[in-house]
Amino acid sequence: MDELLKILQANATESRENIAKMLNVSVAEVNRRVADYEQRGVIRGYQAILNEDELDLDTVTAVIEVKVTPQREGGFNTIAQRISRFPEVRSAYLMSGTYDLLLFIDGRNLREVAAFVSERLSPLEGVLSTSTHFMLKTYKRLGVLMESTHAEERLSVAP
Amino acid sequence: MQKKDSVSPRNRINATVRDIPRSGIRDFFDIVSTMKDIISLGIGEPDFDTPWHVRESTVFALERGVTHYTSNFGYLELRKALAGYVAKKFGAEYNPENEILITVGVSEALDLALRALVTPGDEVLYHEPCYVSYRATILFAHGVPVAVETKVENGFRLTRAMLEAKVTPKTKVLMLNFPNNPTGAVMARQDLEDIAAFAREHDLIVVTDEIYGELTYDAPHTSIVSLPGMRERTIFLHGFSKAWAMTGYRLGYACGPEELIEAMMKIHQYTMLCASSMGQKAAIEALARPDTDVGEMVNEYRRRRNFIAAALAEMGIECHRPLGAFYAFPSVAKFGLKSKEFALKFLHEEKVAAVPGTAFGECGEGFIRCAYATNMENLKEAMVRLKRFVGKLG
Repeated sequence: MDELLKILQANATESRENIAKMLNVSVAEVNRRVADYEQRGVIRGYQAILNEDELDLDTVTAVIEVKVTPQREGGFNTIAQRISRFPEVRSAYLMSGTYDLLLFIDGRNLREVAAFVSERLSPLEGVLSTSTHFMLKTYKRLGVLMESTHAEERLSVAP
Repeated sequence: MQKKDSVSPRNRINATVRDIPRSGIRDFFDIVSTMKDIISLGIGEPDFDTPWHVRESTVFALERGVTHYTSNFGYLELRKALAGYVAKKFGAEYNPENEILITVGVSEALDLALRALVTPGDEVLYHEPCYVSYRATILFAHGVPVAVETKVENGFRLTRAMLEAKVTPKTKVLMLNFPNNPTGAVMARQDLEDIAAFAREHDLIVVTDEIYGELTYDAPHTSIVSLPGMRERTIFLHGFSKAWAMTGYRLGYACGPEELIEAMMKIHQYTMLCASSMGQKAAIEALARPDTDVGEMVNEYRRRRNFIAAALAEMGIECHRPLGAFYAFPSVAKFGLKSKEFALKFLHEEKVAAVPGTAFGECGEGFIRCAYATNMENLKEAMVRLKRFVGKLG
């Protein structure tokens, strides 16, 4: 993967000046490449990674395994895209194995998620069955550990 | 009759030990350790954690009861893995049975090599600025340290002419350390060919500390041991501290001709017995996928190297471009302060620790060592503070 993307993936707020220094290229070159990635849709957006457990949000996240019937012509894409459009769906993946789609659903409470599954998801044509799991605690998200990392173990000066 | 309490313990200390000054790094550490919230560019070890699979394998080794002595040479399984790694990465073949010795860090390996080679009065050539322990280790081995000063004009590389000026009939050993701590200098193949010819013509043993061998940023590392006629007169030293961020494991190794390794092993056997067993198991795991583990760290160091080189250039501080290890060695001579004064003032006024160049030899005067083995956020902030600091110095 392009070094530029690695830097942005690690820290999307890194300044263009610093990125230019790290890559030994001009700021204009960095701007041009970022714009190109954005325009091509390689970069789809920039988000903060939150430790939601710290926010006392009283919301729930459910992970739902969904079995579906692939559709003629559209295959899995048609049904998967239809499901993905619900704003409650935070992430959706096509999986190998015993089920087809894996969904991450955000809801205000258990009842709201239950309502989403029974009233919106299950009745969809092509959805055969669902299995819902509630997330209890986040330890790591997008490569970032949620527990604050340990203090510096190293000596302050070493040979 | 002499009273007992009039005898100073200091007089009982071996004269060699007594007369060796404390490491300049330690002096500086004593000052830094009294201060809080310091950004340290003074740490000569990786900020990365040891790869998790290596740490996990250490726990597993403990669970299995790997807590006993190993062979004096170290586990054969590890030596076999190292034979493969050294052949592939450094271009020299060694017999794992009797040409590889596992040691407690490269520091022990260096000590063993010098003690095995040096007869009191033998001269040992080494280049400065260099790692803080070289001179002391030569003295402890009763050798005569002969420093060869490398210059910024040469990119801190060693040249044959520099060595010819210092070699005598008493010279027995030539010590090398590239990529270099503290300068970040490397030696290209053609540079090493001159040095190899010099060593062959003067019939010297080369002790090469290549602990930073994986950490080069613009061109792959070349080891002197891979050059014609050098394997038989070279002791190659390497370890896991830098490339795998395993400093606390204290695990290094020496490769060399059987007779030399046997001589080193004799000292190791009587003084150390063996390197830590669980550390050796971890090292076996570390060698399972070096390219993945080390590759990503190298990329990150390269970004930091680029960043610090550009940041220094932007504020008008001259710095030879570091090509390896994780140190920048900028010149601060133009600000009219001695290295130590500069470092102390910088520390007190801006709370950034950088080590005075003189800790690495007198010819380090006029330079400071900035280790970029710290995360990018610290590095960015340190450069902001350095810019402000030198702005005030004018």
